[in-house]
Amino acid sequence: MSDKTQPSAEQRFLEKLKAREAVRGAEPTWIAARRQAAAARFEAIGFPGRRVEQWKYTDVRRIRDGEFALADDADFSPAQAAALTLPIEAIRLSFVDGVFAPELSDTGALPAGASVEPLTRALADNHEAVGAVLGRLTGVEFSPFAALNTAFAEEGAVIRLAPGTVVETPILLQFLSRAGERPVMSHPRVLIQAGARSQATVLEHYVGDPTAANFTNVVAEAILERGALLTHYTLQESPLDDLLVRSLQVEQGRDSRFTSFTVNLGGALVRNDLVADLNAQGAEANYYGLFFAQGRQHVDNHTLVNHNAPLTFSNENYKGVLDDRARGVFNGKVVVKRDSQQIEAHQSNANLLLSDRAEIDTKPELEIYADDVKCSHGATTGQLDEDAVFALRARGIDAQTARGLLTLAFAGEVMEKVELDAVAERVELTVAGKLPERFNLGGLVEAALLDEQAFEEASGHDRND
Amino acid sequence: MLEVKDLHVSVDGKEILKGLSLTVNAGEVHAIMGPNGAGKSTLSSVIAGKDGYEVTAGSITFEGRDVLEMEIEERARAGLLLGFQYPVEIPGVKNIYLLKAALNAQRAARGEGEVPAPEFMKRVKEKLAFMKMDPSFLQRAVNEGFSGGEKKRNEILQMLVLEPRLAMLDEIDSGLDIDALKVVAEGVNSLRSEERAVLMVTHYQRLLDYIVPDKVHVLLDGRIVKSGDKDLALELESRGYEWVQEESAA
Repeated sequence: MSDKTQPSAEQRFLEKLKAREAVRGAEPTWIAARRQAAAARFEAIGFPGRRVEQWKYTDVRRIRDGEFALADDADFSPAQAAALTLPIEAIRLSFVDGVFAPELSDTGALPAGASVEPLTRALADNHEAVGAVLGRLTGVEFSPFAALNTAFAEEGAVIRLAPGTVVETPILLQFLSRAGERPVMSHPRVLIQAGARSQATVLEHYVGDPTAANFTNVVAEAILERGALLTHYTLQESPLDDLLVRSLQVEQGRDSRFTSFTVNLGGALVRNDLVADLNAQGAEANYYGLFFAQGRQHVDNHTLVNHNAPLTFSNENYKGVLDDRARGVFNGKVVVKRDSQQIEAHQSNANLLLSDRAEIDTKPELEIYADDVKCSHGATTGQLDEDAVFALRARGIDAQTARGLLTLAFAGEVMEKVELDAVAERVELTVAGKLPERFNLGGLVEAALLDEQAFEEASGHDRND
Repeated sequence: MLEVKDLHVSVDGKEILKGLSLTVNAGEVHAIMGPNGAGKSTLSSVIAGKDGYEVTAGSITFEGRDVLEMEIEERARAGLLLGFQYPVEIPGVKNIYLLKAALNAQRAARGEGEVPAPEFMKRVKEKLAFMKMDPSFLQRAVNEGFSGGEKKRNEILQMLVLEPRLAMLDEIDSGLDIDALKVVAEGVNSLRSEERAVLMVTHYQRLLDYIVPDKVHVLLDGRIVKSGDKDLALELESRGYEWVQEESAA
């Protein structure tokens, strides 16, 4: 680098890679070569500008202009980690600023035929086996962030399910963001290989120190073989100054079913890409999403379903709630390839704006090259129903609580599909707690949950629904 | 209890109530009757605080408080509840949430703590049984997908749980078959007491066979032009409103 010209943002990032290489031990040739190619790719294409269609509504300058170090330890107060950890029984891998934290992890409940390992261990055990699959779905051309991730990635999770393996206990990947002296970046990889007829639930949970301001850049890939059933949750409760870019690409074989819940509650700048390739008949993808943003939060969801084979099914329902000057982006694309007949694809995106200055850019896209298809899509954006607000106030409920209740109700439709009760309740409480303080709903929701329990106990078997 | 004096109300610049006066005392059941467009629903909407009604003159006091100065929710907490003619559907808000939030808001206004869950459930279940409603109904969204009759029962259920000092019922009988009407009427009758009052607005005398009023008022063209006892309703049923009109014009 010449000392006369300023390095580009891309070069600044890649300097960290060089520094890291100096301290990192030798790596298998394929990894080193892949890093090099990814770095070259990243430097060549650079961070996306607003003129790139995929990034039209999302300005990544906060990432590009940031200065992020790489974390070199995973120290985290156990008490704080315990407070942040989802209260569910889970097979758990934890990462602190991207670095695997064995003491915050527990894979004891794994059944035979399933393995859940940190990427570092999976590579140490058999790097060829990992290398044969890693990056197959998400290559460096996917996005500049995928290239950046590939150049840096050392850590992450590898989940492998042998054919027929059923993992009842959810597999929780916890990404903890730490408030340190300076912001850090991490580039985790997630690889899920679900063998034929295997079943599992995987949950990515993003959470951290409220004052953290880190950049997390995740690339996740999932391969579902014939008849595999995967439910995937992303519960994003990142600190409000965190920057998060993540992608999940899924490849689906015959009769496989992938169900995704993407819940975004935190972060300053968040971009999620979700892609499913339905490659054989009977494959089904369900996308459910909820985003809630306030202040100046920016949340972008880009989704894509590729119906690459006949008799494939997709269903998508995303809901957004935006307050203050928050901004949301929803871009949902469905592509039906030529000769992919008798497919069904449904998509809907509904948004609620709680403030005049909040903004949503929503864009459903359908590309259909077959004629025997059943497709629907719709996007709506609106405000709260003022008649409903009046009806609640006319029963003595104050205006702010009434608005809060109706907002929760709007968000609740997506959450009804959630099968993990602990997650549904956590989201409900978090959404309630995150609503502007004047809404003051936390206690109410908690009380109502208790009432439901009391109700169920009291009604016992005379309840017939 | 309720004192309405010389009330003038306009909607979109058009005067609907033209000097309405009415006094309702504790322990009484009043029925306001009148043809379409006379201003019956306007009266109860103004008392409840609905938007879009401009009070140009007159006053409404409830137990000595100036109702027009109170927020919508304050009126409800003070015990002034309106049973809607067209109850609104509120998707995603369960009936149990509404009942609980409403009851606690009312208690908080009286300086009382939240109702304990077992006590709340006992009370709600009793009232449900009284209204011949299935308990599963509590977990359903407010009025969503309810039949007309179910919506009206739900209004009365809310009244029974919240025990208003003054229950205002706007055309509570509309869209009800005879069985549902009986259940609704029994619900309203169970609210009657020395401390409470009921103000019903209705088209039809039929309702008054089941909820027998102490006072009947005829509302014509924005004013109460005649008041009497329950026999007045029967007379209106057989003779229509024209004679009252002529009498008041005379």
